[in-house]
Amino acid sequence: MGAKQTPSQTVGPFFGPALIDEGLAILVRPATRGERVTIEGRVLDGDRAPVPDAMIEIWQANADGRYNHPEDTQEKLLDAHFHGFGRAATDNEGWYRFHTIKPGPVPGIGTTLQAPHINVAIFARGLLKRLATRIYFPDEPLNANDPVLNSISPQRRPTLIATAGPHSAEHTLRFDIVLQGENETVFFDI
Amino acid sequence: MSTPAGYRREAPGSHPPTAHPAYASTQKRSPAHEPIRIEHTLSEITGPGLGWEIVRAGDADITRCNGGVALGERIIVAGRVMDEDGRGVPHTLVEIWQANAAGRYAHPNDRHDAPLDPYFSGIARILTDGDGSYRLTTVKPGAYPWRNHYNAWRPQHIHFSLFGPSFATRLITQMYFPGDPLLTLDPIFNSVPDEAARLRLVAAFDMHVTVPEHALGYRFDIVLRGRGATPTGI
Repeated sequence: MGAKQTPSQTVGPFFGPALIDEGLAILVRPATRGERVTIEGRVLDGDRAPVPDAMIEIWQANADGRYNHPEDTQEKLLDAHFHGFGRAATDNEGWYRFHTIKPGPVPGIGTTLQAPHINVAIFARGLLKRLATRIYFPDEPLNANDPVLNSISPQRRPTLIATAGPHSAEHTLRFDIVLQGENETVFFDI
Repeated sequence: MSTPAGYRREAPGSHPPTAHPAYASTQKRSPAHEPIRIEHTLSEITGPGLGWEIVRAGDADITRCNGGVALGERIIVAGRVMDEDGRGVPHTLVEIWQANAAGRYAHPNDRHDAPLDPYFSGIARILTDGDGSYRLTTVKPGAYPWRNHYNAWRPQHIHFSLFGPSFATRLITQMYFPGDPLLTLDPIFNSVPDEAARLRLVAAFDMHVTVPEHALGYRFDIVLRGRGATPTGI
């Protein structure tokens, strides 16, 4: 006992060469099981200006709903071709993009079931500690009983659900991350 | 399966708030709503291990590259990554980046009028050993100006990024140097409300890390969140 947490500090503006590799935004390989999905969106600040120097990390279960981690001991198949971690930087217009699969549902607290979701961490200059949110999927029946979604007010809940816009490419979902102001994304204290 | 125990929550004052007006970039980027606390599920208790092979051998000494030797004061930074119970976090990835000895990053957006060093990238990736220990040979980074306010200068610092065992333990932080007069003036360092917590960001000069006739040594231990005793982790 007795060790105390090291405080968080901002990632700053100069992380790119150290942390970003374009391959880290592509989670799928040809043999990966599951429904392909491209998730893209913009990171916007309180003035609706794009955030061109953010880093987005995602962590998700595989198509069967199992995390590739020793503490997930569910009797579901692992996928040797899917790890579940992704990392991307935003571009000059604030866009990020991941090529992944839709995860399966995973257990929640107790006997609850969580709807398919992707865990998201956001880092940027001006963020002294990481922000955490989740990407849920549109037209997903399990959303109705998801304990985390149901803990959010109905007004703010849509900020957590990706959208398939009328002009979106096939298998592409949009998920904007609004750091501040109107339609501010719901962030979690995890 | 039952949900494994969650991770402990942050102690009050031990991490910065989201909004810290003295750090101007927080003003339009910090959420206005309080984050909503959720209990830790498998989604938070699991996290990326090392499925992505980006660690290259030899990265623990970044003073030599491109066939040359970096300019500046060579130093050694060593420490241990542990949890709040003092248990080492073994085989976890530590990603490191810093300015060169002149206070310039090898980054296209760094416009500071200080020389780049062709023999210094400022980037390291290290895996902790079985005890959670790591060791880096680098050069002492220079201070540099930034435009946060008039005559603003960042204290000398090294960026650290760590995963630990779960999504919940992810941490990005900065290491500072003891005795730096810029520390008391720096809005980023001073964003941590609790003074004792703030001082945990300052490495200790350490004669046991120092190597005779070679380099001064600094010790910087990093403490990630520990496991809670209850599933709610409070």
